[in-house]
Amino acid sequence: MDQGLFSYLLRQGDSCLILGHRLSEWCGHAPQLELDIALANIALDLTGQADAFLGLAAEVEGQGRDADALAFHRDVLDYRNLLLVELPNEDFGLTIARQFLFDAWQVEFYGALARSSDQRVAALAAKGLREATYHERFSGEWLVRLGDGTDESHARAQAAIDELWTYTGEMFECDALVAGLVERGIAPDHRGLKAAWDARVADVLAEATLRRPADGWMQSGGLKGRHGEALGHLLAEMQFLPRAYPGARW
Amino acid sequence: MARPAAGEVERRVWDALTRVHDPEIPGLDIVEMGVARQVVVGRDGEVEVVITPTYSGCPAMSVIAIDVGRALAEAGFADARVSLTHSPAWTTDWLTPGARAKLAAQGIAPPVGTPGGRRALFGEGPVVACPQCGSRDTERLAEFGSTACKAMYRCRSCAEPFHYFKCV
Repeated sequence: MDQGLFSYLLRQGDSCLILGHRLSEWCGHAPQLELDIALANIALDLTGQADAFLGLAAEVEGQGRDADALAFHRDVLDYRNLLLVELPNEDFGLTIARQFLFDAWQVEFYGALARSSDQRVAALAAKGLREATYHERFSGEWLVRLGDGTDESHARAQAAIDELWTYTGEMFECDALVAGLVERGIAPDHRGLKAAWDARVADVLAEATLRRPADGWMQSGGLKGRHGEALGHLLAEMQFLPRAYPGARW
Repeated sequence: MARPAAGEVERRVWDALTRVHDPEIPGLDIVEMGVARQVVVGRDGEVEVVITPTYSGCPAMSVIAIDVGRALAEAGFADARVSLTHSPAWTTDWLTPGARAKLAAQGIAPPVGTPGGRRALFGEGPVVACPQCGSRDTERLAEFGSTACKAMYRCRSCAEPFHYFKCV
């Protein structure tokens, strides 16, 4: 089994799945009907991307598992998502800020991954890029509305950006696993995505009249299975049905 | 009885596929939508149909796969295989002129512009003509709509809201 590729695909699939689930928590609770529909639609796209990445991971693993087995029958320590995406939704401002920081990264990341030497990986990235581009337009526009909105919305958006900033470093980590895949032409060097991401984020933050926090100490660990408390609660809800009723179908 | 030639089988399979409709966009079949990508007829007459999702999470895909299997069985290909591909990624460019006309007739504005091109943030969006009255004086209400492939618009001339088929 190609352990490096398997683990890398888990990282991508898990980040999409966990963020998709977080967004789905807004269903029925968003500030407007249109936003409810938008967040649910983005959740759907991300869950679809997760299904594709986890499906490919299962194929690479070759142990007879499928995407559902990986999604529903792994525990917190086996999850490889970015810490950024597991953070609780808090308010709409934090949800949008988190989404924008992630979307801006995903657009750059998928753009680079679409040139992967592994055709299966490149295909999923090319597919996801179209969706990520659309998502970024939505989250970017909303971050501007909130940042350049009322005093209250501005304060909340700024607080969200400040709180989330230390979680952005993980998107650009290039550990031994990534480095090995970079050598084989399968993955892009994630450090190389930072400059373009910075430019995208700086543009929107300026338009939103929000302050870009300084880069400093960054949170790390999600990609290696070290998570915060929030992920366990999320999995308890997300995995309940297949765990309680294994093999359940409708 | 002689087995029908591969070309004939292929034609009958494509014909069967035109009877499969997207459950979320009534009236549009999966061939004119560009969802049915390929028909492969093997040496021994075995049939494989390759389909691709419009959006990664499109919930209609599993229904479409089941419907394809059923339509093929009705056409005499009970053993046909249905497989899924992600590459090349589906694009609204694959909607046939006939499909665009059907969308408009249902009150859904067909996609406008060049997919893949990154429209600048806050830049001018495409001009979407109202499918009811044809006016070009319309505005976007929301980027997302009732299904993964649609956005919501409103016509300033006739005041009717309408769906726009997102351009990807």
